[in-house]
Amino acid sequence: MTASDQVPAAPGDAGPSPADVLRAEHISKRYGAVTALRDVTLHLGRGEVLGLIGDNGAGKSTLLKIFCGFQQPDTGRIEVNGEEVTLRSVMHARSLGIDVVYQDLALVNELSVYHNMFLNRELVRWPLLSNRSMRRIAAEHLAEMGVHMPSVSVPVASLSGGQRQAIAVARAVFANAKILLLDEPLAAMGVKEGAMILDLVQDLKRRGDVSIIVIAHNYGQVLEICDRVNLLQHGAITLDKRTPDTSVEELNDIVVAEYRRAMEERQRSA
Amino acid sequence: MSDTVESGATVVGGLGPGGGSGARQLLLGRLGGFGRQREATVLVVAAALLLYFGLTHTSSFVSETNAADLLSEIMAPIAIIAIGEVLLLICGEIDLSVGFIYTLAPFWTYFAVVDYHVPALLAVIIGLASGVVVGWVNGFITVALGVPSFITTIGTGFVLLGVALVVSHGEPFEIPPISNSVGKYLGVPGNPWQWAPLIWAVLLVAIFHVVLTRTRWGLYTISAGSNLLGAREAGINVGRIKYGNFMITGFMGALVGLQTAFYTNNVDPSAGGYTPMFYAVIAAVIGGTAMLGGSGTILGAFLGAVVLATLQDGFDIIGVNADWLGIIFGGAILVAMIANVQLARLRQAGRTL
Repeated sequence: MTASDQVPAAPGDAGPSPADVLRAEHISKRYGAVTALRDVTLHLGRGEVLGLIGDNGAGKSTLLKIFCGFQQPDTGRIEVNGEEVTLRSVMHARSLGIDVVYQDLALVNELSVYHNMFLNRELVRWPLLSNRSMRRIAAEHLAEMGVHMPSVSVPVASLSGGQRQAIAVARAVFANAKILLLDEPLAAMGVKEGAMILDLVQDLKRRGDVSIIVIAHNYGQVLEICDRVNLLQHGAITLDKRTPDTSVEELNDIVVAEYRRAMEERQRSA
Repeated sequence: MSDTVESGATVVGGLGPGGGSGARQLLLGRLGGFGRQREATVLVVAAALLLYFGLTHTSSFVSETNAADLLSEIMAPIAIIAIGEVLLLICGEIDLSVGFIYTLAPFWTYFAVVDYHVPALLAVIIGLASGVVVGWVNGFITVALGVPSFITTIGTGFVLLGVALVVSHGEPFEIPPISNSVGKYLGVPGNPWQWAPLIWAVLLVAIFHVVLTRTRWGLYTISAGSNLLGAREAGINVGRIKYGNFMITGFMGALVGLQTAFYTNNVDPSAGGYTPMFYAVIAAVIGGTAMLGGSGTILGAFLGAVVLATLQDGFDIIGVNADWLGIIFGGAILVAMIANVQLARLRQAGRTL
């Protein structure tokens, strides 16, 4: 079983549908001599949680940067809610409801939870901040999302990694994000912490109005929360399956087989 | 992985049932981090110093003349400049040129009145505006051209000093009498106007304390210093915040320069310089502002200014040789910084436990 066997677009029941909120077709991206993405086609259904997995350098972050508007693809087209768009900037992508949550970039440690929730969208009774209203609304919103805090007035610095991640996700949803890109949401997190984020994602899935792409290394966690997985290898999607139809073993086998093949090739050419 | 699911079910969407971590977070929240603790510490030190000199040298220390010296002449300039430095340090920058803005600003006012017969009030505004302009230039070189502010402001500081020496030929001028109608509002010796600098300092500290803690400007200043990329990601115009804080600092430098000129009745190219700037930075740091950005308080810096001014004035009264001041100040900075770093380390340890 080599990577190329998987490529033919026979997506079966995982195929694109009119209900897709995000669709990317034939996306390619090169950095000088390096091809980061070659002819990537991907789709995300409404309310779906899609896992994007692959080794370091497979092109996951490049794809993420393209979806969040940070970089533009060399070729290919992107549709959001059925309309073709050119994602010009992070702000532009955000205005279309696409928001990315990076693990450690998102929050301002020295500010309180509620100030972070409202960052750059503060409620103001000029010239002063309406702290009381923000505190109340932030607490309500977090409770509604099942994120429990002893107080929203504590500085984010005093929270755990999982709590911070949860707040970052909650903030994006609060900002009306409809397509969430989670970059390694579970990296460097304990079991309990990870469970909290998994629950949060499950919760969002139940609400149904937010679609999520989870980028991760850990196949087990991905299979647990995602409806479907796409495997990226060397800049191309080599597998697209619903999670019940695959397993950690299968994904491992594919990646290991690919690695072996590459090693053999290298030895042969040497 | 099924383990994860199960444990996930027991800690439904949250922090786990244990109250321990919650209580710790609440406690940390109440203490409000470091700044507030530091304010309290500096307040105690300031009160102790005032009490000590007040009790041991009552006749000379507790007098109207000395109070004006201490609060208006020594403390107010440090406190006013420190407002700007606190804002800059929090957003990750510093202004080493502000003491030379101080030097040069009164010259523009002087020339406007003497050579161009500009009305005194307008001339003072020109002097203040010169500080804002230099602040903008500092911001431009730092933000738009990408030079670290430490270097930018060393450069602009030298240029400003050079200009002051060139235009003055190294000689001080006397304040033209006509401008004293305005000058008294900035502070001149004698009752009641000798209190003007103190009132300016208290007023500005109060205003900018509110700006830092209760407005968007303050939040964005903290964000820029704490998480520059994150602040940009959130769509905050970080450059604008930095420009603004450089301009505020420039204004403060010019204000202090004009105040000193009127108070001493002299426009002097040897006034200002690095000393008032360093005092202001020290006051900020003693008051709990982090040199690395992200946190700080203006009230703390004000209290820091009181401590420094009390030390300087008190030692003067006791008759301690001025040469000792450097040792005392240096020691105070080192103690404050060591406490700053070590307490932060303790707090970090407490969090990860």
